[in-house]
Amino acid sequence: MSGVAIVTIIIGLGVIAWLSARAKAARLGAASPRRSGDGAPPRSLLHSRPGYHGWYAALWVALPALAFLSIWANIMPGLVTERVLESPAAASLPEDGFARGAILGEARNLAKNPGAIAFDQRSQALVEPYREAHRFYSIGGALAAVMLALAGAAFAFTRIRPDFRARTRVERIVMMTLLCASLIAIITTVGIVASLLWESLRFFSMVNPLDFLFGTKWSPQSAALGYGNDDAFGAIPLFWGTIFIGAIIAMAVAIPLGLMSAVYLTQYAKPAARAWLKPILEVLAGVPTVVYGYFAALTIAPNMRDFAAWVGISGASSESALAAGLVMGVMIIPFVSSMADDSIASVPQSMRDGSLAMGATTSETIRQVLIPAALPGVVGGVLLAVSRAIGETMIVVMAAGLAANMTLNPFASVTTVTTQIVQLLTGDQEFDSAKTLAAFALGLVLFIVTLLLNIVALQVVKRYREAYE
Amino acid sequence: MTAPMAETDHDMKRRLPTDWKSNAMQKRISARYASERRFRLIGLAAIAMSAGFLAFLLISMLSSGLGGFTRTEIAVKFDFPKAAIMVDPAMLHGVNADQALSNANLPAATAQAAIDTLGKGGDELLSPSAWVEVRDIIKDDPAILGRSEILSLPASADIDLAAKGNAPAAAEQAYARLDEAGLVSRSFNGGFLTSSDATDPSQVGIWGALKGSLLTMAVTLLLSFPIGVLAALYLEEYAPRNRWTDMIEVSINNLAAVPSIIFGLLGLAIFLNLLHLPRSAALVGGMTLALMTMPVIVIAGRNAIKAVPPSIRDAALGIGASPVQVVFHHVLPLALPGIMTGTIIGMARALGETAPLLMIGMRAFIASPPDGITAPATVLPVQIFLWSDEVSKGFVEKTSAAIIVLLMFLLGMNSIAIYLRNKFEKRW
Repeated sequence: MSGVAIVTIIIGLGVIAWLSARAKAARLGAASPRRSGDGAPPRSLLHSRPGYHGWYAALWVALPALAFLSIWANIMPGLVTERVLESPAAASLPEDGFARGAILGEARNLAKNPGAIAFDQRSQALVEPYREAHRFYSIGGALAAVMLALAGAAFAFTRIRPDFRARTRVERIVMMTLLCASLIAIITTVGIVASLLWESLRFFSMVNPLDFLFGTKWSPQSAALGYGNDDAFGAIPLFWGTIFIGAIIAMAVAIPLGLMSAVYLTQYAKPAARAWLKPILEVLAGVPTVVYGYFAALTIAPNMRDFAAWVGISGASSESALAAGLVMGVMIIPFVSSMADDSIASVPQSMRDGSLAMGATTSETIRQVLIPAALPGVVGGVLLAVSRAIGETMIVVMAAGLAANMTLNPFASVTTVTTQIVQLLTGDQEFDSAKTLAAFALGLVLFIVTLLLNIVALQVVKRYREAYE
Repeated sequence: MTAPMAETDHDMKRRLPTDWKSNAMQKRISARYASERRFRLIGLAAIAMSAGFLAFLLISMLSSGLGGFTRTEIAVKFDFPKAAIMVDPAMLHGVNADQALSNANLPAATAQAAIDTLGKGGDELLSPSAWVEVRDIIKDDPAILGRSEILSLPASADIDLAAKGNAPAAAEQAYARLDEAGLVSRSFNGGFLTSSDATDPSQVGIWGALKGSLLTMAVTLLLSFPIGVLAALYLEEYAPRNRWTDMIEVSINNLAAVPSIIFGLLGLAIFLNLLHLPRSAALVGGMTLALMTMPVIVIAGRNAIKAVPPSIRDAALGIGASPVQVVFHHVLPLALPGIMTGTIIGMARALGETAPLLMIGMRAFIASPPDGITAPATVLPVQIFLWSDEVSKGFVEKTSAAIIVLLMFLLGMNSIAIYLRNKFEKRW
């Protein structure tokens, strides 16, 4: 019996239980009217409305049975294999665990798709026992699930009485569901930290963490080719490339443009113009990064290279740090601008009025009063923007290079942490090599750095907000 | 200005009143006003540069991408009775038509017709998939086998490029010859929207990637929307203030700021290597993106729930509703438009996301649309990334055309979000 069918049956039983329990509760409610005081209409003695009794019964039918099925689905393959091994046909199997496993796997495949081809004749003999065992346990499991559902229904029905607090019980389950949903966030965080830490620890058992964090030579290819792991995983050039593109070039574009846009929008633009200009800026944030990356690689990068060649800068590459950084900066503009917008807007109006009343021009007020007062918020916003820029992947994968250079020349090619993660994990690879595990170590560094930047940024913003409240 | 100064004679002796009309003062003021104008201009320039960059990006995508929606066709004279097509016209009615036509030696017949019409090397001017077109024509009208007809067949990638003005010299010459003979025409490239990835740029289409995107988004929505809404309800309405709920809150806020590629690493380590779910599948892609989208929905949901005034809750509690009834009967329906807006924005972000999907192997060459959520699939942004890596020049306009389609979808989703916000937003 297939899984879908049995789940459908249980849900069907649940619906029946819901309908009949509700009907029974409604009957009980109608049968036991009570006079409450003089002249008041008769009131039902039912504590909970009939629908809640219905839900109570349906949950008792479905939840235990479905929980049993999900456990059964996990332990059934083991039970089936055991039964197959006990069958007389399995007596001729080799003792060697690996060969045995291979034949059993083949038999399982044959039993599931009759069209499959057997490589080993011994597996052919096991197909029948396998099918038989599978049938035995799946029918057994289905019967047990249905029994469980019926038992749940019987239990729930005996409890339907006018004074039974079905609503309380049902609502307790609803609350548990809500709690579980919010726990997913913690589980995800734990999952990220655990998977990154686990794989990184395996990497650090092959490569010294100090060599990784402070080494200056990055050539995972040579390690993969068997030249050893020493001196191949020095991540400093990657860190430099990431900082150069994300924190220097991109910010050199995003901070002035974002800040000035915010100043113009909040202080100068007329409301009608603001209503138009702000969404346009926000569109910049909504363009997918792969589009920016394509644009940087196709349009900006060749122009940058030609420009460098025209000016006479040596070492110009068509995968320059400048192209990737410029486009990333444009992507970050709306981010900086909206953070600056918020913090300028939360400077008390009295400070602005005071400055203007002293005869300062608007620009003097902005430069000498508003921006200094809003500075912590702006700094916080910039830190958040940096954390976004260094975690950005597609722009650098498409427009920045793969060469791990440590250079100050913006027209030369540098590589970043995210580029290398993509590079290490795509293509043919075995999973346990130092080369693929290095990606997780890089991911761990990236995760920690962005987390710290976010925490610091939020602290800065919070402390500043409190100063004016 | 001078009036208050004049009141105190004593002061006047020590300090002369500011002479606003003096040259020095006028100069100073005009310098300050000039700086004011400059500052204002710099602000305007900053906005103009940002908007200009956006316009530049969109225009360059449009100009290089619109060509991807058209194709170049060459008129080829097809003399069906004489052509070496081995098919019995009687077979073409009914279920066996495809089978019969696939054995009918159409590729060779098409190449021969091209050589007859266009001269030596004529078969290379046609797209490798030109015979598919011939097959469809025969299937639609089997009677055509009895006569000679001039068919417009898709040109090769090089000729297509030449028609759009950007090709190697040999192709330019061939195109010029064809053009003189009046054999070429342009038409809408329907295949771009209905076919999947291919190795030849004249045959590629985005339907496979689009379907992959839709399946992935469906998984993402089904997982992240219920979980996100329930978590938002719990945190906003019921959660007691203690260390646990603080931890939940901190992790949700942090997850919203974690770089997307980290979610890809999580998906690779947990979903693929630990749980052994199928690689490259929409299921795993959707699960990974759901983890990424959920915090967005929780944060938007909490803001929407917070905006429902407490009087609603008090009124419901006052007439005897339980806390669960208050939330599910009153608060949630009122907060739903706000939650939907946040969800659509989160989904739009997920639709444009590429990096985490590369990590879980959705970058394989897949030439047919996925059958289900466990079949190998690719998505629109990844398809764009893959095409952008192709060496062949014909892929440039296809990449830009795919970008146009992606941007259209995002535009549509964001418009719906804005519409919902404007239509249902209530100021209590």
